[in-house]
Amino acid sequence: MIYLDNNATTKVDEKVLDVMIPYLQGEYANPSSMYDFAKKPAEALKVAREQVRDFYGAKDVNEIFFTSCGSESANMAIKGALACNKTRKHIITTKVEHPCVLNTYKTFEKQGYDVDYIGVNSEGELNLDELKEKLRKDTALVSVMWANNEVGVINPVEEIAEIVKSNSPETIFFVDGVQAAGKIPMNVKDTMIDMVGVSGHKFHAPKGVGALYVNKGCRIVPLINGGHQERGMRAGTENVPYIAGLGKAAELAKDSLSYESTEVKRLRDKLETGIIRNVFNARLNSTLKDRVPNTSNIGFEYVEGELILLHLSDYGICASSGSACTSGSLEPSHVLRAMGIPFTALHGSIRFSLSRFTKESEVDFVIEKMPVIMDKLTKISPFQDELNKLKLLKGDR
Amino acid sequence: MWDYSEKVLDHYRNPRNVGKIDDADLVGEAGSLACGDSLKLFIKLDGNIVKDAKFLTFGCGSAVASSSILTEMIIGKSLDEVKKITNKDIADQLGGLPQQKMHCSVMGREALEDALKKYYGEDSEEWKEIDLSGKTESEEKIICTCFNVTEKQILEAIKVNKLKSVEEVTDYTKAGGACGQCKSVIKDIIDDYWKNNQPAPLTQTQKILKINNVIEQQISPQLQKDGGDIELVDIKDNTVYVKFVGVCSSCKNAAMTLKSFVESILKEKVDENIVVEQLN
Repeated sequence: MIYLDNNATTKVDEKVLDVMIPYLQGEYANPSSMYDFAKKPAEALKVAREQVRDFYGAKDVNEIFFTSCGSESANMAIKGALACNKTRKHIITTKVEHPCVLNTYKTFEKQGYDVDYIGVNSEGELNLDELKEKLRKDTALVSVMWANNEVGVINPVEEIAEIVKSNSPETIFFVDGVQAAGKIPMNVKDTMIDMVGVSGHKFHAPKGVGALYVNKGCRIVPLINGGHQERGMRAGTENVPYIAGLGKAAELAKDSLSYESTEVKRLRDKLETGIIRNVFNARLNSTLKDRVPNTSNIGFEYVEGELILLHLSDYGICASSGSACTSGSLEPSHVLRAMGIPFTALHGSIRFSLSRFTKESEVDFVIEKMPVIMDKLTKISPFQDELNKLKLLKGDR
Repeated sequence: MWDYSEKVLDHYRNPRNVGKIDDADLVGEAGSLACGDSLKLFIKLDGNIVKDAKFLTFGCGSAVASSSILTEMIIGKSLDEVKKITNKDIADQLGGLPQQKMHCSVMGREALEDALKKYYGEDSEEWKEIDLSGKTESEEKIICTCFNVTEKQILEAIKVNKLKSVEEVTDYTKAGGACGQCKSVIKDIIDDYWKNNQPAPLTQTQKILKINNVIEQQISPQLQKDGGDIELVDIKDNTVYVKFVGVCSSCKNAAMTLKSFVESILKEKVDENIVVEQLN
């Protein structure tokens, strides 16, 4: 099996699992309890909070809150900030956010909020001029993802934070950091970003644990009320084993950032240039330098994405597609549509996402098999004339 | 991951009859690149018999499988047989399709219809007979502008597959699957169709015959497998009186079998108001 779908989820690092096991076995005490038996779990939370603080590059451990997933982090940030700022009814976000964020704003629209969705260009770059134009004095919240899950484009969130704050310091700036975490450095203390959400399973922690960074100066109300846990900001007995795992995964991820930006990037670049060179109907959906180092989104013209994934899967290769057919919805990726990817390639776009566990031999295997698959699939396509033209064009280059 | 049948897997992996026929007698098209799937069907005749059929498809695994099996289904058949093939037949041949993928089988039927329409001519008697929607061309209007789905296509899917909800229509035709603005119109089409096409109520004699048939063909064989059986004694309005025989007559679970098996099958196949009573 060759796993190139690390933007969907990642395998749990064995070192992470090792840290978790004791808290699933003997060390089951509630960290809030007063006896000695609770010391270890309480200590585990402390260690993890420090590891996650360091991972974020945050100033203070009290700025870190543990959650159950990326969606909870986003909901906690968005709903928590809007509830604190009820007189302001304007939100700015982007057209390419993750559905968990977009759908949250759709519900606020129904409650009478005014929401502006900022567009991107054909490479996936955010239109900052549009963002500046849309900013109002009564803008409650601006929300931009740090990196896009489908094409990997990195948004200049540090710069956006300054734009937002210079317009109105009271406007809250939330960053969905799920796809940036573990791939690029996030030195939040050097920025004016208010909140950043992450999800553990995207960087080799297990599913079911996430975190939210909330800058000390930013006020939110809790999403989940109840006990005193997380200093009253997120009730519920702490998920000690998973939080311990998250902490370890954050530490390991931070340590491998330079590996990500060199070796993972080298393999990603090798994969995409190899495919583009060997497959005549392949085009890169974003060629930007400012992409996370592990992600490549390639459009295969006149062939449908699910069919490609099924054939990749028959070779044991796992990837994903922005195609409508794979999602259960009938529409292709909102991200690729916002980028204006031509519809000849829109339905046949495949995302490959690597990790620090990806081997060069695996990348070579995909580069070898992709032309074999495409040779078979282009023969089934009704668009033979168009494909022949593409073939000639590629031959000329 | 979709739960595809072995047959679907086989046909997307090894599609049969891929390609085009240059001197085809019938050519049909359905779908479009923009909408995410499209199919071109080529048919070569020998007299009235389909001598060869080929296809080219842009679409997902189940779209390729639907096209591939359709060519297998029509080769060797007469046009009279071919024109009776519905989307349901295509899906059944594949061992079923996931509900959200039924539109792939509909695309197969549409390409077939398009081929026959062009072959016979739109005004021909043959075409009017084939066209299952019962709508004339002038009544044809686009209901779903996102996927270019006409009222005709929606009606045909409702009729052939007995669709009752908007979600089902979306699964079968894609209509309403993008912006969703046409959903209320689709709801009206469904309601209108079922208002005008309610099956005529059975006469008492018809009902008795049907109940007897269901018992003989579907219920008895199952009970006989366990060494039991059931006998029809009487029918008054919607109450069916039966007697258990063989091991059933002494079985502790007979009462449960009566309600959960006998009654539920009769409700489903004959009339949902049927009540079954045991006479022993």
